[in-house]
Amino acid sequence: MKTDVERISGDAGSCCRRDFLATTLAGLTLASCNQLIGKEDVSPINYSAFPIWDSHCHLSSIFGNSPEEKMTHFLKIADVTGIEHVVIYMGWPFVLDPTPEILKKQNDQVLRAMKVNPDRISAYVYVNPNHVDASLNEMDRCFENKGMVGIKLWVASRCDETSLAPIIRKAEKQNAVIFQHTWIKTTGNLKGESTPMQLVELAKKFPEAKFICGHAGGVWELGIRAIRPYSNIFVETAGSSPTAGFVEMAVRELGAERVIFGSDAGGRSFASQISKVLGADISEQDKKMIFKDNYQKLLMMN
Amino acid sequence: MHSIIDVNINLSRYPTRRLPDDEPELLVRKLKSVGVSEAWAGSFDALLHRDIEGVNLRLKKDCERFGQRILIPFGTVNPALPDWKEDFHRCVEKHHFRGIRLFPAYHRYLLNDKRFVELLHLAEDAGAIVQVVMTVEDARTQHPLLSVSKIDSKPLIDIIPGVPNLKLMLLNAFRDTNMNTITKICENKNVSVDIAMLEGVQKIRILLEKVSVNQILFGSYFPFFYIESALLKMKESQLNSDDSKKIFYQNAKNLISE
Repeated sequence: MKTDVERISGDAGSCCRRDFLATTLAGLTLASCNQLIGKEDVSPINYSAFPIWDSHCHLSSIFGNSPEEKMTHFLKIADVTGIEHVVIYMGWPFVLDPTPEILKKQNDQVLRAMKVNPDRISAYVYVNPNHVDASLNEMDRCFENKGMVGIKLWVASRCDETSLAPIIRKAEKQNAVIFQHTWIKTTGNLKGESTPMQLVELAKKFPEAKFICGHAGGVWELGIRAIRPYSNIFVETAGSSPTAGFVEMAVRELGAERVIFGSDAGGRSFASQISKVLGADISEQDKKMIFKDNYQKLLMMN
Repeated sequence: MHSIIDVNINLSRYPTRRLPDDEPELLVRKLKSVGVSEAWAGSFDALLHRDIEGVNLRLKKDCERFGQRILIPFGTVNPALPDWKEDFHRCVEKHHFRGIRLFPAYHRYLLNDKRFVELLHLAEDAGAIVQVVMTVEDARTQHPLLSVSKIDSKPLIDIIPGVPNLKLMLLNAFRDTNMNTITKICENKNVSVDIAMLEGVQKIRILLEKVSVNQILFGSYFPFFYIESALLKMKESQLNSDDSKKIFYQNAKNLISE
């Protein structure tokens, strides 16, 4: 049954998402996660003293044959690493330019995985700008689920292509986060792979939308510079080597409030990615913001 | 807290970036703070400098001056340089380095190069540990002016049986070498690998299904990487106490005492 607000706004999805987050804010604590930590404590350092929200997770490369099995295993490892909430997107296997059928199949995998623990799992709808109508349909379908909080744009098409506009408009209307994978590969990007500079062009056209610059462009010294002037773009830490200095530069140039933690697990270890924030020479308050507060705030804002 | 032997750290400056802990005092302080009792150190200068003896002398001096008995120098030999054998002999006989560190990608030789193979034989005879740095940086993020080729590790499969008593260590091997090749190489029990560039959820635990725990070493690639990365990987993999002791220090200790 719709609430009064939903009836007036006609925007059930976004309102539900805010309710969902408000509930989750008061949900799991790190202490409850730590109760699940394995019996062998072999390392001389501990994971973050702060609870972690991991904004970038995948089901691929995780043990299991079904979404439920994979997700259950994934959460067990998340428990070990102090991660209390995960955001998953894309199913498996990875397909560079998914057909409408594959989009639906992979979004279904994610929807099934979310049911394993709806309070701990959010997700993005996987879309492909080469199939605009199918992507819009998938957004309509998936946003019915209150835990769907954003869209995922990967490497099928560059984000400065005009075909993307209807997808971004819909995401904006749905108050959804727009996550764009970005890299600036010295070895050369894929044909449809976007750079942070191309994301800037998109963000300029939609100044009210909130974008996440996935992977910080890989070459983070360039990615951070590229997005620096645009406050509607957040930088995300996932999926590159744990190279020292990355998070320090991001905080210095963007402010800690524009830096969001993500791991890119299971392709990456939680450990290497958490170390980027945990090991950085920044304040404890900045670490707390990056690990959880900024992302929560972004979702609430949207 | 475990004692830790970190087999993969570097002193001096990375060519394209300052690193937060690249001053030797800071580096040693950090190592001590996380329980590292011994760190096997190469020098980033060795990547591009041609005066390798100069690099090795500075490395030795810095380890003595700042090391607080933690830093153990591993000199470099570049077999692509003229008269490289003299560098090797100085490393072993004059400087008494425990081992040497090689950078084939930056020094532009393949692993089937006869000079490399000859160097392995010399090290075997001298009882010196050889560390081969398989990857210095993810090729995708390298500075375009220092975009070096990936090293093909497959020749090692045929070469290593010819040096059965060599103590060979592959550092940063997991970025550019697939697990099947690593497994094949590690069928030779005189080869060890470190975990610095091992990626994926609980990957040490998965590696243990393919490679003996006796051949896995704790290497952080600090200060290029945050040292917390390798430390947390050990925790993430939920190893039992025996395995973690072996990886943290016992395996490295065994290499020294053999």
